[in-house]
Amino acid sequence: MRSLNTSKAKTRLSNSNLLFMIAGIIFVLMYGFALISFPGSFMQFQTFFDLFNFNAALFIVTLGLCVVMIGGGIDISVGAVCGLVTMACAMLLESGMGNVWSALFLALGIGLAFGLMHGYLIAYLEIQPFIITLAGMFLAQGLLTTLHKEPLNVTMPAFVALRNFIIEIPWLGTVNRLGVFIPCEIKPGVIVVVVLVVLYAILMKWSRFGRNVYAVGGNRQSARMLGINVKQTIFFSYVICGLTAGISGFIFLMTTGAGNIGNGALFEMKAIASNVMGGILLNGGVGNLLGAPIGTLTLLTINELIRAAGVQSNLQAIVSGLLLYLFIVLQSVVMSLRGRSKFRLAFPSWLKARQ
Amino acid sequence: MQSEIILKMEGIDKSFPGVRALHNVDFTLRKGEIHALMGENGAGKSTLIKILTGVYQKDAGQIFIEGRPVYFKSPQEAQNMGIGTVFQEIALCPNLTVAENIFIGRGRDNFIKWKQMNAKAAEMLNSLGIPASPTQELASCSIAVQQMIAIARAVDMDCKILILDEPTSSLDEDEVQKLFALMRQLKARGVGIIFITHFIDEVYAISDRITVLRNGELIGEYHTSALPQIELISKMMGKALSDVSAIKKHELPKSDDSVPVFEARALSSAAGVRPFNFKIQKGEVNGFAGLLGSGRSESVRAIFAADKVTGGEVKINGRRVKIKTPLQAMKQGIGYLPEDRKGDGIIDELSVRDNLILALQVMKGFFRPLSRKQAEEFTDQFIQKLDIKTPSPNTPIKSLSGGNQQKVILARWLLTQPMYLILDEPTRGIDVGTKVEIQKLVLKLAADGMSITFISSEIDEMLRVCARLIVMKDREIVGELSGMNLTEQDVMHMIAQGGK
Repeated sequence: MRSLNTSKAKTRLSNSNLLFMIAGIIFVLMYGFALISFPGSFMQFQTFFDLFNFNAALFIVTLGLCVVMIGGGIDISVGAVCGLVTMACAMLLESGMGNVWSALFLALGIGLAFGLMHGYLIAYLEIQPFIITLAGMFLAQGLLTTLHKEPLNVTMPAFVALRNFIIEIPWLGTVNRLGVFIPCEIKPGVIVVVVLVVLYAILMKWSRFGRNVYAVGGNRQSARMLGINVKQTIFFSYVICGLTAGISGFIFLMTTGAGNIGNGALFEMKAIASNVMGGILLNGGVGNLLGAPIGTLTLLTINELIRAAGVQSNLQAIVSGLLLYLFIVLQSVVMSLRGRSKFRLAFPSWLKARQ
Repeated sequence: MQSEIILKMEGIDKSFPGVRALHNVDFTLRKGEIHALMGENGAGKSTLIKILTGVYQKDAGQIFIEGRPVYFKSPQEAQNMGIGTVFQEIALCPNLTVAENIFIGRGRDNFIKWKQMNAKAAEMLNSLGIPASPTQELASCSIAVQQMIAIARAVDMDCKILILDEPTSSLDEDEVQKLFALMRQLKARGVGIIFITHFIDEVYAISDRITVLRNGELIGEYHTSALPQIELISKMMGKALSDVSAIKKHELPKSDDSVPVFEARALSSAAGVRPFNFKIQKGEVNGFAGLLGSGRSESVRAIFAADKVTGGEVKINGRRVKIKTPLQAMKQGIGYLPEDRKGDGIIDELSVRDNLILALQVMKGFFRPLSRKQAEEFTDQFIQKLDIKTPSPNTPIKSLSGGNQQKVILARWLLTQPMYLILDEPTRGIDVGTKVEIQKLVLKLAADGMSITFISSEIDEMLRVCARLIVMKDREIVGELSGMNLTEQDVMHMIAQGGK
């Protein structure tokens, strides 16, 4: 009798796609709400592009973390690494000893170093990712404050030119009151975001590594039995995450132009929240990588809404926190309804006692 | 049956610290045969399989595949030599598609060609008659289909030797038949299948030969058709035939007017069991009989208040009491050994001793801990009394065999000295020898004055142990049977006629 049912279930949406669809719908609803409530600002394309322009670094951090989360892990050091990279690169550029390229390599190097260290400790020594990356977070924060306490503006001409570089979209824009057409502007960081999204989406959907990450996130024991090198897969997921955090630091610096101890603060939490809102299951194994930017957009739209409403900025954090609760519970409900099992909150493995 | 030999294991020895798991064991598998590997828990079946699949390294002996000596250092190497294994716990990823589960972890290609992979998978599923679509998420398939997909994966890896380790334990009758059809198909293709199961009927339904192990030694290899069931059982247990049937149940206590140890009137629970009356005398062994889903477990769970009790009253020794939680039931002297050993019973990581004293500790409350000396004393006593095979009381319970785990849980309840003990499927998934031991123990406990409710899905087992059967159908009690000479027929008739 049960086999009859399975033939019906063939068309059933996979969990990843279901959560992704929900994430997409929520974003559309949220943005639609914003359009209705504050048409003045949200009706302009530039407002949408500015979400990317000013938050490119957050988008990038979220992407890297998404890979780790699909693999069933977590990395809370990403924000601190991002901040550390901005300061280190700013100092290098200001010291006059390096050019823009060497700063980029420094950024990648720092990210890679953290990624390698976390990957090794978590994958091969099998230590809890939460604890390891917590240590990494403290380390990166400590290094950041040790390097330089004051904000450090980068004045190097080549970098300032890069920072101020703007790409205009001639066919898209708004006409202001004087009747002058103002084209939309995007910054180079947005290009990086788009390239990385495409790259990572391909990686997760079509590469052997990407599918192995899904397998490991879905069931680590089974993945091993299926002949997947679980440790290597976990290792590389953290390396990618670290490296991505390094890139995000550089992009952050490109956006703000200054090293600051507050840079990248709370990015790890925002990135986790974005991924959850983007339909990445905290338990791992389920989620579409494209959910990461969608989730980030949802989070940013909510924050913009609150800002536009002119309420205290503290409220942004409060609302973000509450929404995170809501989305995690929503995920659990959706997943348990699908599994037809009893309702149970889905805690990620790194919060559970070791099996 | 003189077909060519594809696998020969000779003189296999394996010891673990303190235990000799295998001694001089031979095993031969021929092309296109289904070979049942039988033995009680701890006989060495799993150890032999783990050596064959490269999980363990043998201490001595040789393995030949198609006449060539082989030596596996890892499961990967065994797989490459054409040994496919499908475990009881399905080792697939539920979040991936069916096609991915068949192919992942095998190719060396760095990129996945989805179309090609799905087409190949569709073809394979078709040829094996597996009702699944390649693009479907594995989690949406039934357990039986998942099992078949695991087999398909093994088969596609050009396996010459397929090991099925208790594949049927979570399947229903229909699904088992489908699995058997698949096995016969593979057999026709010339795959040698090693089949491990606890269900003796299945062995006779499908296997060509049987190899029996006992206590790590080879007892012999037999043609299935030439080995009567009862002989197989006695070979597995190493006991004379008379011993198996030597169990004699007790008669019901003569006087029915004595005050019952436990009595329930119109008891009902949130799990949906109809209000029922029930009583049990001192020293009586009774049981709830019925098909799966008839409400057997729900009834006893209502007695123990494991499900929310919604109505009715309960008397213990004639005195009305309130039982709303399992702890209250325990304090009234009721013990309950749940059906789901893994989920409700054992705590994997804790030692045998800690698992054993758990219930007693809970009853005493957390502020009066058992002294270590006491705990050790109790543990040693019960390990000896129930013949629990464990290297030491400190061993984590998860490394014990299923039957021994069950004994630990049984001991846990005995330690609280209940006057009324409920055993829900205490013998499921454990070997024949331990089953008989548990049955004997139940009767001995009853003789000592304990009242016991015994539930089993094997009716003949209940007939052997219970003096009174309460027959259930569709969550309702439809009748009672008692007497010394009940047969399966009697029970089935009552179920068939019962209710309407």
